[in-house]
Amino acid sequence: MTLPGSLDEAVAALTAMPAAVPVAGGTDLMAAVNSGLLRPAALVGLGRISEIRGWQYQDGHALLGAGLTHARMGRPDFAALIPALAAAARAAGPPQIRNAGTLGGNIATAAPTGDALPVLAALEATLIIAGPDGARRELPVSHLLAGMEMLRAGELIGYVRVPLLHAPQVFLKATGRTGPGRATASVALVLDPARRGVRCAVGAVAPMPLRPLEAEQWVASLIDWDGERAVVPEALTAFGEYVAAACIPDPGPAEDGSPQQLPPAVLHLRRTVAVLARRALGRALS
Amino acid sequence: MSNDAAAATATTPTSTTAKPAASPEASPHGLGASLASTHAPAKTEGTFPYAADLWAEGLLWAGILRSPHPHARIVSIDTTHAREMPGVRAVVTHEDVPGAAVHGRGSADRPVFASEVVRHHGEPIAAVAADHPDTARMAAAAVIVEYEVLDPVTDPEKAFEAEPLHPDGNLIRHIPLRHGDPEATGEIVVDGLYRIGRQDPAPIGAEAGLAVPRPDGGVELYVASTDPHADRDTAAAVYGLEPDRVKVVVTGVPGATADREDPGFQLPLGLLALKTGCPVKLTATREESFLGHAHRHPTLLRYRHHADAEGRLVKVEAQILLDAGAYADTSSQALAAAVSFACGPYAVPNAFIEGWAVRTNNPPSGHVRGEGAMQVCAAYEAQMDKLAKKLGIDPAELRLRNVMGTGDVLPTGQTVTCPAPVAELLTAVRDSPLPPLPKDSPEDDWVLPGGPEGAGEPGAVRRGVGYGVGMMHMLGAEGADEVSTATVRVQDGVATVLCAAVETGQGFSTLARQIVQETLGIDEVHVASVDTDQPPAGPGCRGRHTWVSGGAVERAAKMVRTQLLQPLAHKFGMSAELLQITDGKITSYDGVLSTTVTEAMDGKELWATAQCRPHPTEPLDDTGQGDAFVGLAFCAIRAVVDVDIELGSVRVVELAVAQDVGRVLNPAQLRTRIEAGVTQGVGAALTENLRTPRGLVRHPDLTGYALPTALDAPDIRIVKLVEERDVVAPFGAKSVSAVPVVTSPAAVASAVRAATGRPVNRLPIRPQAAVVTS
Repeated sequence: MTLPGSLDEAVAALTAMPAAVPVAGGTDLMAAVNSGLLRPAALVGLGRISEIRGWQYQDGHALLGAGLTHARMGRPDFAALIPALAAAARAAGPPQIRNAGTLGGNIATAAPTGDALPVLAALEATLIIAGPDGARRELPVSHLLAGMEMLRAGELIGYVRVPLLHAPQVFLKATGRTGPGRATASVALVLDPARRGVRCAVGAVAPMPLRPLEAEQWVASLIDWDGERAVVPEALTAFGEYVAAACIPDPGPAEDGSPQQLPPAVLHLRRTVAVLARRALGRALS
Repeated sequence: MSNDAAAATATTPTSTTAKPAASPEASPHGLGASLASTHAPAKTEGTFPYAADLWAEGLLWAGILRSPHPHARIVSIDTTHAREMPGVRAVVTHEDVPGAAVHGRGSADRPVFASEVVRHHGEPIAAVAADHPDTARMAAAAVIVEYEVLDPVTDPEKAFEAEPLHPDGNLIRHIPLRHGDPEATGEIVVDGLYRIGRQDPAPIGAEAGLAVPRPDGGVELYVASTDPHADRDTAAAVYGLEPDRVKVVVTGVPGATADREDPGFQLPLGLLALKTGCPVKLTATREESFLGHAHRHPTLLRYRHHADAEGRLVKVEAQILLDAGAYADTSSQALAAAVSFACGPYAVPNAFIEGWAVRTNNPPSGHVRGEGAMQVCAAYEAQMDKLAKKLGIDPAELRLRNVMGTGDVLPTGQTVTCPAPVAELLTAVRDSPLPPLPKDSPEDDWVLPGGPEGAGEPGAVRRGVGYGVGMMHMLGAEGADEVSTATVRVQDGVATVLCAAVETGQGFSTLARQIVQETLGIDEVHVASVDTDQPPAGPGCRGRHTWVSGGAVERAAKMVRTQLLQPLAHKFGMSAELLQITDGKITSYDGVLSTTVTEAMDGKELWATAQCRPHPTEPLDDTGQGDAFVGLAFCAIRAVVDVDIELGSVRVVELAVAQDVGRVLNPAQLRTRIEAGVTQGVGAALTENLRTPRGLVRHPDLTGYALPTALDAPDIRIVKLVEERDVVAPFGAKSVSAVPVVTSPAAVASAVRAATGRPVNRLPIRPQAAVVTS
């Protein structure tokens, strides 16, 4: 176990010990260790790296440290900056988990149900990856989540670059119970008035967040961006169904050409996504 | 008379542990007082020792290999690699069992280790002792088992036709209950098909234990057993030892709403200790815990209710199919309860109930409180809702037209002789004020379905009110010998209770203290820890210990009282009945003569042992008839739910409970028992279902298996406790824990039905069943 004080020290420690595993909040990693699924040869603790535990501003963007905890992101000052991420952080499990679990950890674990992930996908966030010898490279979060690009040996997620949109953002999550639980489906929706865009991502229904691009473009074209930014209720419903059909498409016809039905549980999931997307857009535009 | 006293104490705060009692008068004592558990401070501070905290010098760690298949033939078991691993001290399989190869709580049908066939996912095949827990787990995984995978039988309906899964066959029990006139019909008929899921007791502390070999060749098992003597007898038979060479010592029990211990886990522990000569410890992972212990019976129920035009029940027909899983366990008792209470606490002149418990390749089902009765309650209350809807009668009114009372006859032919204030309970919950609608309070106070950070939207929320009325028997049924033995000892003004009734958190040790305080007037009472050197007290389930063990403690305390007072009465020249003991003083009836208990004891040590054995019951006959139950308890619950009708998410806002308790012995403890039971029922109604597709246990962890959290638990208002004493029960008290579990799922389902208009015929209620599509 080493406890480096800076990102570069941490990268150096990982490079020196390729078998070592970085650990931040440990809410996923230590559970795997405790259940015997993982026996890391060594750990590099990221908890003492103060540079990644806060955020800074950079030409219209926020540079979020990967060590930001969910509890910190859930507070009102952060919610004023990136409301959807704050809402996702508040919904991410019980207080014990939110106090320890970090933004970077949520990305690195990349669980389909990771609550921050659809928000980052909707925000089109970029990761700043720290590499050996002070190297920094940028990587769109969706590329990492889709497996198009991977972290290389010794690399760490240092920061997450998120645009400051100064417009309503919503994160909604459906779970199986009233208390904290894993999402059965979640929807993040952000308005981007400068680019006259609506961006939406659906979490938990696929291995990675899904972006219904056509539905986004369609609804953005309906919105009167210079006026009240309102749409008729029918458009909200249609948007919901558009998003749901994009994320959970109808099955193709069977081999004999007869139409196939989705199983009832999947139909319910699709209905849930439609309701979440409709409500999210309604709240963003109200 | 003490009813008023009990009610008065119930309203006073019960902070006995917070402030040290200045005088004996200041601290609550005796029956009817809210005495706090002596374990409470240690449990809240996290210092209370549970089985997982045990340690012994030089201990080894056990690991168990469990079957990954629900059904397979074992071709070969090769332990060579496991034995050769460094640090491994012993590997045991079915070949190493010296005594009985099979065991079981109901019938002995379960192998200690699977030898030829595995019948469920998680069945133990081998066990390993090693010097480190990781080594033990890896060595268990290194035992090479060659399986010939067989098709599992996972649908209980197919078990009848399937090849026998066990030499004992697939039908564990069949009860065809016939009561009344089979030709009777009613003007109004409603049908229904209901499915109840697999609830897991999910004790918050997973199974753990320590086995220590004894120099005489015996072994001591330190486990969180709730039935130590039965566990001892099973272990002795399996180890091929005389029962007195096996001792079960009960440790702290971390949660028990069922037969909490998994014998497939206890038995290998002792075997390994005997084989290695070293202490052996095992702490189950959450996954092993879910795979090992018994679950609630998943049940399929088909009902037909006949009623006349006024809604009075004429006939009930039902078919009840219990999925017992791979081994019988206590399925026979669960089926008896399901069939006997299939009509609920309603007077039904004609009943034709057919019940089966069948063997499948699903994980074994067993005793979880409310067994059998909870499943049928959800179904018959759904039928009552259907009937009310069809007749256009208010659901509570329809129920009131049919409720049973003392003197009515159960479908088993048994006359209800105990208090059965069902109408009083139902009226109490119906008439209690409804919780305010959210529009009357600030929006921030409204927890929407889905939780404070959820996706709920007030416009999509519908409120529903529903009712559940349930009943459950107390004590073992059908001729079970329900006996308990207790010893009370008094010396130097301090009383000690020795009784093998296990304190599982249900409050027995507190109750035992109260009983002795009440009978002997001695405030300082200790309750000894439990082991099998004490006489047996039986299992801790079905409210037994309040009744039989509490009764035994009272008798023993009374015997001590007689021993204490007899010489004194002789000295005073009056009979012992004219003397009374209060606050450590013995006074004559006229107050003229008095002395202290300490003086009267005169340095002597007084002991007495007594037994309590309630009146015998008889098994149900071939037509399901017989006086099978010692006592019955009743409960009525009104549920208020909010449903997001677009997402199908449900939040239980409030449950109003009225219960038939006989007599309140400890108001604070009684309330917590009711609240705990109701909440377990809310779990069964909404989230708790251990899924086993194709016989494989899915998500055996507390993320996948969703227990109710503080946000899911509703406001529980106990609106009425009916204290009508049951004359055959010691103190007149009824057991309180099980009947709220039986009733609350039915009440929640009824409220969701009222909110959505959907049929809701499956528990737990899936979101898609609570969605209203326009």
